[in-house]
Amino acid sequence: MAEADGGGSVSPIDRVCVAAVVLLLLRGAGLSLMVDGELRGTAGVSDPGIAVVQELQLTLGEGPCVDAWTSRAPVLESDLADPAVVRWPAFAQAGVDAGVLAVFAFPLALGAIRIGVLVLYRDRSGELSADELAYSLVLADVATHMVLGLQAGAPAGALHELLAREPPHWAEIHQATGMVSVQLGVSLDEAFVRLRAHAFAEGLPLRAVAREIVTRRLRLEEPA
Amino acid sequence: MSKRDRDRVVTREQRIVETFVELADTMVEDFDVVEFLHRLAERCVELLDCAEAGLLLADAAGVLRVMASSSERSDALDLLQSQNEEGPCFECYRRGVPVFSEDLTADAGRWPTFAPMAVQMGFRSVQAIPMRVRGETVGALNLFRAVAGRLVQQDMPLGQGMADIAAIALLQERAVRQAHGVVGQLQGALSSRVIIEQAKGVLAERAHIGVDAAFARMRTHARAHNLRLSNVARELIDGHLDVASLSDPALGVSTPER
Repeated sequence: MAEADGGGSVSPIDRVCVAAVVLLLLRGAGLSLMVDGELRGTAGVSDPGIAVVQELQLTLGEGPCVDAWTSRAPVLESDLADPAVVRWPAFAQAGVDAGVLAVFAFPLALGAIRIGVLVLYRDRSGELSADELAYSLVLADVATHMVLGLQAGAPAGALHELLAREPPHWAEIHQATGMVSVQLGVSLDEAFVRLRAHAFAEGLPLRAVAREIVTRRLRLEEPA
Repeated sequence: MSKRDRDRVVTREQRIVETFVELADTMVEDFDVVEFLHRLAERCVELLDCAEAGLLLADAAGVLRVMASSSERSDALDLLQSQNEEGPCFECYRRGVPVFSEDLTADAGRWPTFAPMAVQMGFRSVQAIPMRVRGETVGALNLFRAVAGRLVQQDMPLGQGMADIAAIALLQERAVRQAHGVVGQLQGALSSRVIIEQAKGVLAERAHIGVDAAFARMRTHARAHNLRLSNVARELIDGHLDVASLSDPALGVSTPER
């Protein structure tokens, strides 16, 4: 069993993602935790390869997670390579490049309270059948209770260690955001947007730009 | 059976079904459990042969507390509440089985405080039915009658059914409350992680030091002032904490905050 990035062993949430893959014949699955519509953590992935795609949503600032969060409803995209698909242009392109041709995202919620999104990835286009949709909803429910069950056992104020599955560069992205907010004299949200924009314009992965910033090889400054 | 009797039976059965549907319908997320239990107590009076009904639930310390009553009378509430030391509900809760008295006037020896109190209020007999979920007794449903005798055999399953619904509702409400607490902790922890990293960057840039050094200063400050790291991070980000106030741990000197 491949290990997920950022952690040693396979976590319970990883196992739910793997179960989804097996049950629904997926390319992969990932669960992101969100707060106020922002991606704030990866709780589990079926494999490291799909973790990259899942986290693209943070680095690109778009994707099914945010949409599923905002709409409080499943977001189903059965043909990511279809040129008529206009949502998430950058994410869709990156997904297709990684071999993903369909994505299905399910919000995780407890009543009115949202905690994140479960995303299912397929390497072939096509809609989920009614049965597959029903299974997906059950898996999302199971995942929600597992996340909360794990967190209930965490020390006060801390995230349960099994819920923190992000890759090592995750912290640098937020550190770089802090630095850029001071460099540009802007809010953290704005700084993050500028960081992403710079990475996009330069055709670099966000983690690479973050590393450049944190190691002081790059500063973002206002043009003179 | 006469037609009138048959009609009465059908009506009552209808009413029972309606009651269960009504109760199930109200068991949704964020429902008002106290209101629900009050309604359930009223239905008990309507459907079971009793004058008053009350629900007691054990708290974390195992003390029975009145959750709902079909009666607004304060002495009825007192009567219910008196059972955390003695009485049918007390026994019912401890033993997890139905407990009854067919004639309270004869049971003063059994329940020296409760029995006379109940008789004085006009109750002659009483039934306590355990509220149980998954083998755990969480409280008791109390049924009071103005006449001697006990609940007819046919009504026992219905009484137990009402008690079971009450138990499920209470457990669900408790689970929802606990889950909301966990969600709050989850979101707080997720946010804290991010702002701590962001604050490291903010301090690193302002003080012209590396992020690791910045983290060391944040930790030192947090410890020295008995603050949470996430609070220090928040203060740094909001600009309420002056960089100069954060000492270089290597110097071992803490400059006073302005």
